Amino acid sequence: MKKLAVLAGILAMSTAPAWAQTELSLWYHGAGNPTEGEILNTVISDFNASQSDWAVKLEQFPQGAYNDTIVAAAVAGNLPDIIDVDGPNMPNWAWAGYMAPLELSEGTLDGFLPGTIGTWQDKVYSVGLWDAAVAMFARKSVLEENGIRIPTLEQPWTGEEFNAALETLKASGKFEYALDLGMNDRGEWYPYAYSPFLQSFGGDIIDRTTYTTAEGALNGDAAIAFGEWWQSLFTNGYAPGTSQDPADRETGFIDGKYALQWNGNWNALKALEAFGDDLLFLPAPDFGNGPKIGAASWQFGVSATSEHKDGASAFIEFATQDKYVAAFSNGLGLIPATASAAELTENYKPGGPLAVFYDLSKQQGTLRPVTPGYVVEALEFIKLAADIANGADVADTLDAAVDAIDADIQRNNNYGF
Amino acid sequence: MKLTPNRSLQNHPLAGWSLAGPAIFLITLFLIVPFILAFTLSFTNQRLVSPNPTEWVGTRNFEQLLGVGTLVLEPEKDETGALIRDDKGELSYPRVREFTRNNAEYPQLSGKREWLSWNWGDSRVYVLASDVVFMKALGNTFLFVLFVAPIQAGIALLLAVLINQKLKGINIFRAIYFMPVVVSIVVVSLLWRFIYSGQSGLLNNMLGFLSFGAFKPVDWLGNPATALWSILAMSVWQGVGFHMVIWLSGLQTIPVSLYEAADIEGATPWQKFRYVTWPGLRNTAVLILIVITMQAFSLFSQIDVMTGGGPVDSTQTMVFQAVERGYGQQNIAGGSAISVILFLIVLTISMAQRYLTRERNR
Repeated sequence: MKKLAVLAGILAMSTAPAWAQTELSLWYHGAGNPTEGEILNTVISDFNASQSDWAVKLEQFPQGAYNDTIVAAAVAGNLPDIIDVDGPNMPNWAWAGYMAPLELSEGTLDGFLPGTIGTWQDKVYSVGLWDAAVAMFARKSVLEENGIRIPTLEQPWTGEEFNAALETLKASGKFEYALDLGMNDRGEWYPYAYSPFLQSFGGDIIDRTTYTTAEGALNGDAAIAFGEWWQSLFTNGYAPGTSQDPADRETGFIDGKYALQWNGNWNALKALEAFGDDLLFLPAPDFGNGPKIGAASWQFGVSATSEHKDGASAFIEFATQDKYVAAFSNGLGLIPATASAAELTENYKPGGPLAVFYDLSKQQGTLRPVTPGYVVEALEFIKLAADIANGADVADTLDAAVDAIDADIQRNNNYGF
Repeated sequence: MKLTPNRSLQNHPLAGWSLAGPAIFLITLFLIVPFILAFTLSFTNQRLVSPNPTEWVGTRNFEQLLGVGTLVLEPEKDETGALIRDDKGELSYPRVREFTRNNAEYPQLSGKREWLSWNWGDSRVYVLASDVVFMKALGNTFLFVLFVAPIQAGIALLLAVLINQKLKGINIFRAIYFMPVVVSIVVVSLLWRFIYSGQSGLLNNMLGFLSFGAFKPVDWLGNPATALWSILAMSVWQGVGFHMVIWLSGLQTIPVSLYEAADIEGATPWQKFRYVTWPGLRNTAVLILIVITMQAFSLFSQIDVMTGGGPVDSTQTMVFQAVERGYGQQNIAGGSAISVILFLIVLTISMAQRYLTRERNR
């Protein structure tokens, strides 16, 4: 017995530095991406070494299962201290009481891109070290060959110009499809990448003045015009539909199967390697209400059940340093959250090959509806975009989506609005 | 003291319970308790994520799922009272949405959508449903079961008879036919997505090659007319090996002497199958029919991986909808209600099958 006590004492002493620090758990969605994990681990080990109160411990999950994991953990009462959350989901989790407002020092978020700060009911719940943006990937040589005007941030394509460009590219006969939208990825990509088109037409997923109905916004004249245009992309054979081969989405543009590709900045580096100076990142077309693209990517937040919210907030504040923001950007091609971090990066510093994405994000970035009901609204948008692409009646499909969204809002007592 | 048989462990009154115990415990934990929970929750407005308290809502979830109505529309007429016909000579009808949305004269149709419709003379009859997606899921599930059960059982029996021969290397064939069962259905689904791919899929290429290019490529999973059948064909292929093995075990219980007797009588192979094999497989057939039916009703993974219910709801199924609602839309009550309906359907069908295939000559 005595020996055992001595042994325990020795063990305790030898691990003394570790138990002086309180452990904080961090769940992250990036399993399967070694670069992402490596950068995050650097931030964590720097943080753990920088002070003696907290020790962050990382646990990674695959992105596809991450949201379900968090919800299941919350229902079971097992949330970690620090979570990461996809921007548009944050209001749902904050409303449900999974997340606590951040305790950041004054001025931490100065100069952050608007899409990287997650605010719900006037409190900041989450902050992203990066934003994401989509652009029309195109090749200068292809556009010039076909006599298509190269749009600029100041003067993007109009809707008619864009449609004419698609027709010209299709008629050239050199491509399987004029445009690749990425229809195979039936997840959050749909509302993120396609609902800004709807907003550019003048519609929206939900009436943002009240957040209690989608009537008029998602089935009004503007939305029907969007739906008819959307369907025409597929009936005219401009773009591959929902059964697109995922492999073609990966390499189709680079292989020359598609003339244009609606794609995110996180895929820009690969295309840049293939085409170099010939590659263009074009802004979204303007369908009448300004060109728009999605905003807000993955962000860090603190769980409501954490016993150490101060420590969790301290870690998040630590991670917002320019050098880490720049490291994520360099490693993963993401848009750095601040201009000062952008200057430290290869691609986003002024004049860098991807700097246009920073401007796109700043000028055109539009948040998806900031409401706890977004989770269901997003699913309805995915369904309607897929159904309309597959030939469903536009007006009826939009009405059905409105009814489903309104019923959900009612079931939830207007989500507190 | 002599140990009497009563006192041996085997005859102890608790022996039976202790043997059945683990199974009873697991079945209670994973089947009975969840079902009671689902049954209870289907009468509430339980959410997966919500700070709002759970409330009893009675049968509202079921009414929402199963509500139907009918509407008969007269064709549109011009000022003179003549019927308007379009270029193809088709009659035109007012849009159903004008009656089912914000129309105070038809409160009973509010929120319903077209599920089925057909012409009745010049009028058009619409069957409307409160939840068209669920109705389509219900229809697709039944269609799937109706085709999978006989096709899968039939092919499995054929394969079982084929591999129930004493040939050299027959085990190789047994392994080949059984292999798809061993591979996870998710992996199989992913692979078949490539096979069915509309652009450069294996199936299209093969059919094109075999028909010397006459075959026009079909977008198997992207076309509402072919999507469910494609998934059906794949599901039959994947599950057939399992049932083949059960048939095989049934075949091997049939005494060889019966076949020898049949040979002496000079029976043809068909007669041997009809009068010896088939009656001997009676109990196996009942088992296989019930197992296949239950498995087919739980169609989920293939849908989730290959089509997500699309295109245009042509591959929606009940289990997919239950999961989609419960977890995707965070509507646990709605998902539970679907599970309860599914349970009642499967229970009814299994009991009917049991009754129809019961032993009659006792």
